[in-house]
Amino acid sequence: MTEITSLSLFELIKNIKEKKISSNEAAKSFVDRSQKSKKLNTYVTENFENCLKLSKEFDNKPNFDLKLPGIPIAVKDLFCTNEVRTTAGSNILNNFVPSYESTVTQNIWNEGGILLGKLNCDEFAMGSSNETSFFGNVQNPIAKNLVPGGSSGGSSSALAANLTPVTIGTDTGGSIRQPASFTGTVGLKPTYGSCSRYGIVAFASSLDQAGPMSKDVKDSSILLEVISSFDKKDSTSIDFKRNNYSSELTRNIKGIKIGIPKEYRVDGMPGEIENLWKKGIEYAKDCGAEIIDISLPHTNYALPTYYIVAPAEASSNLARYDGVKYGLRSSGESLIDMYEKTRSEGFGEEVKRRIMIGTYVLSSGYYDAYYLKAQKVRQLIKKDFDDAYNKVDAILTPSTPSSAFKIGEKSNDPVSMYLNDIFTVPVNLAGLPGISIPAGRDKNNYPLGLQIIGKPFDEQTVLNIAYSMEEKINYKNNITDWWME
Amino acid sequence: MDGIMSKNNSEYLIERNDNIYEVVIGLEVHAQVTSNSKLFSSSSTKFGAEPNTQVSLVDAAFPGMLPVINEYCIKQAIKTGIGLKAKINNKSVFDRKNYFYADLPQGYQISQYKYPIVGEGNVILDMPEGQKQVGIERLHLEQDAGKSIHDIDPSNTLVDLNRSGVALMEIVSKPDLRSPDEVNAYIKKLRSIMRYLGTCDGNMQEGSLRADVNVSVRIKGSTKLGTRCEIKNVNSIKFMQMAIIYEANRQVDLIEEGKEIDQETRLFDTKKNETRSMRSKEDAHDYRYFPDPDLLPLEITDEFIDQLKSEIPELPDDKKKRFIDEFKISPYEATILVSDIDTAKYFEEVVAKMGKNRDMKLAVNWITGELFAVLNNKNIEIAHSPISAKNLSKLINLIKNGTISGKIAKTIFELMLDGDIDPQIIVEEKGLKQQSDPKALEALIDKIINDNREKAIEYKQGKEKLFGFFVGQAMKASGGKANPQLINEILKKKL
Repeated sequence: MTEITSLSLFELIKNIKEKKISSNEAAKSFVDRSQKSKKLNTYVTENFENCLKLSKEFDNKPNFDLKLPGIPIAVKDLFCTNEVRTTAGSNILNNFVPSYESTVTQNIWNEGGILLGKLNCDEFAMGSSNETSFFGNVQNPIAKNLVPGGSSGGSSSALAANLTPVTIGTDTGGSIRQPASFTGTVGLKPTYGSCSRYGIVAFASSLDQAGPMSKDVKDSSILLEVISSFDKKDSTSIDFKRNNYSSELTRNIKGIKIGIPKEYRVDGMPGEIENLWKKGIEYAKDCGAEIIDISLPHTNYALPTYYIVAPAEASSNLARYDGVKYGLRSSGESLIDMYEKTRSEGFGEEVKRRIMIGTYVLSSGYYDAYYLKAQKVRQLIKKDFDDAYNKVDAILTPSTPSSAFKIGEKSNDPVSMYLNDIFTVPVNLAGLPGISIPAGRDKNNYPLGLQIIGKPFDEQTVLNIAYSMEEKINYKNNITDWWME
Repeated sequence: MDGIMSKNNSEYLIERNDNIYEVVIGLEVHAQVTSNSKLFSSSSTKFGAEPNTQVSLVDAAFPGMLPVINEYCIKQAIKTGIGLKAKINNKSVFDRKNYFYADLPQGYQISQYKYPIVGEGNVILDMPEGQKQVGIERLHLEQDAGKSIHDIDPSNTLVDLNRSGVALMEIVSKPDLRSPDEVNAYIKKLRSIMRYLGTCDGNMQEGSLRADVNVSVRIKGSTKLGTRCEIKNVNSIKFMQMAIIYEANRQVDLIEEGKEIDQETRLFDTKKNETRSMRSKEDAHDYRYFPDPDLLPLEITDEFIDQLKSEIPELPDDKKKRFIDEFKISPYEATILVSDIDTAKYFEEVVAKMGKNRDMKLAVNWITGELFAVLNNKNIEIAHSPISAKNLSKLINLIKNGTISGKIAKTIFELMLDGDIDPQIIVEEKGLKQQSDPKALEALIDKIINDNREKAIEYKQGKEKLFGFFVGQAMKASGGKANPQLINEILKKKL
């Protein structure tokens, strides 16, 4: 039999339900492998002992009606977990232990999932390489000294390295899809309002959305079904009819119309990305989809719009980390002095940069020119998609303009780092669902992803297209365990 | 105070070197919404709890916590808007007002900036010289901050978050007020309307009602507004009036000295009775307002507003009109009776209990005279009156039907205070019933005339003043119980 840790979530559930594997055996396997994989630096906080204990308890009193029966799962350290330290990758929350649980993680535990640990991420989810984390870089299991993407870099790395069967990330501008693309895994950002933001450390409230990350599309459909729920505790949560995504999953996408936006052919895009996209179009056709050229005319403005809206919201969302109530407090001569020292020591460079940008664009005299204008452009971007969806059911693009880069390669060039999100950011601005699936490799054999963008609340179509194309693409990660001694 | 002249009761003018200045005042009243729970969380709002015992994770701004609007507070704000005859906006937006302070856990206050829930309205003031209309600019909802306590620990500031997140209505007036007296009338009217509506208890001692006072001065007759100063967070009407008088005179002095008035925020020092600069316009905070992305715009349908309109009780202005029409009392009396909802309730209950043969004059006089005097002396709210409306109405009816005289009624009233005793019982137990038996009174008067023969003759010769003497003697002889009207009649006949 294949190793437990390399099973898909679907297979693992099946084995547990058929009592071929116990929850405790599964937990042991993932804990053992995680312990041997410290070099990847995926975990910020381990919950291994507790996970083993809870898995035993599950085995003593199993409930196989649950959707995640006794399944150990590690989650991004942006989700508040009751009595388990939650840092958001920041020094300012280094010692923070919540007394409450995020709705998304609670949904997972309610269905039988067991917390393995908290996974590294860019500080407050601000970054595209996991290099802004206070807890250090994360290695991509694909190759040494390669970034795993970000901000859900600990999640993508742990998933690709088989340290967790599935995981959850958050995606504000691409933080699920880009790391999925960099690690040869699947990452889905649901429609804004699908998964509750309650208990998720906020970055940019109007863009943040939690979503599943998995080794294949079916697993993402299983996990989405668990985490997506209407939640009165989040005023932006939307009460729509949610599908049984996994049981309604089908490879039959005959006649589905898929749009190809010409504006995504950006200047300087590597030929291999262009080729990947062309191949993707062929796969989609093979699956029975109809390909239609479309235009999303305001695509060019998405990145600058994003880098006004997201920092503006972040500058306000992060004001609560002031040393008064919880988290880090540096001593100071006065209240102002204490604030300055706490926030200087507590926040890293990228977070400070975005707070400064956000504060600037909201300042009186600049508000209209930046924030207000950005909101107007955001509406235009959203309208582009609305118009396109009059003609097509979904849109196919590359996930990222390049494959994973080396650690340190872009850390001193924020703009080049921001460009990583060029294909993912418009989806967040428009609040749409988008998935990244592995679709090929570059010249270094690093994975490349394709993105499928859907209509609002139409995760099912996105998943179906991805499921269908996945079979044709037949991509398999080739992990060598190079980090183990 | 030199140079202050006044043409009528409520006008406030300042005279310096032949220049006559008027003061222009606008108020931003912060009224705490009457609600069991806070604006965006379910924590209790009860006053006087131990510090930090009414604080939820949302109120303390823990990571990942989100505000959820309390629908009841929205209803309260809309009701208040209706009471202010104001436009209720179908769409309003919650914004973040960003600033750092130890008692502001989120680092921003959720408020409404560009799109408030309530738009323009007005309030009618009953001034001695007539009615005056004061414009309302807007009403918006916002969160209260916590409380910083600087005087418990010698080296630390302590923070109490019980108040953090409590719903406030900020009611902004137009600069329509012209004197401390008008400010007094305006605050009292606002409070009265909100107490009628049950939307704010108006308790200034507990901080449920406080105001930022905007003051400017200008030469009387000018239509241009002068540079204003804002006096922050004044928590009693008396202090508002003192602050306005100080500030207006300070500004006039500056102008007379040829100096500029700086637009600034000032504080009122209640001990020194003066205002002090807090921060100038240049130092003003940049609050970086922007729509709170955690909350969707608030959309209110006309049906929702109509439903609330149907729940609005009769408000002071309408009640006053009805009292005048229905009970034939004077506008002045009606104003007094409707100013407080509990007084109006008490009055109406007395009227109802008096029955068919009711005497409005007596009812008004007894409530605004004897009863108010007792309540004032003992510092009791009319809602907790020691004499119930039922028993007061009985007392009034006893006067009306001649069972007791007004004078005896006052004695009985005093006795009733001790446990809200039924006046009928007092009359019976103490034998205070008025003597209205003509035969007995005739005998009594015959005796008095007999005993004072000479005076009776003097009276008959034209010394009419002596009539009062005989009345007094008769009352005295009856122990005050004789029916004065009958005494008069019999005396006239006999003399």
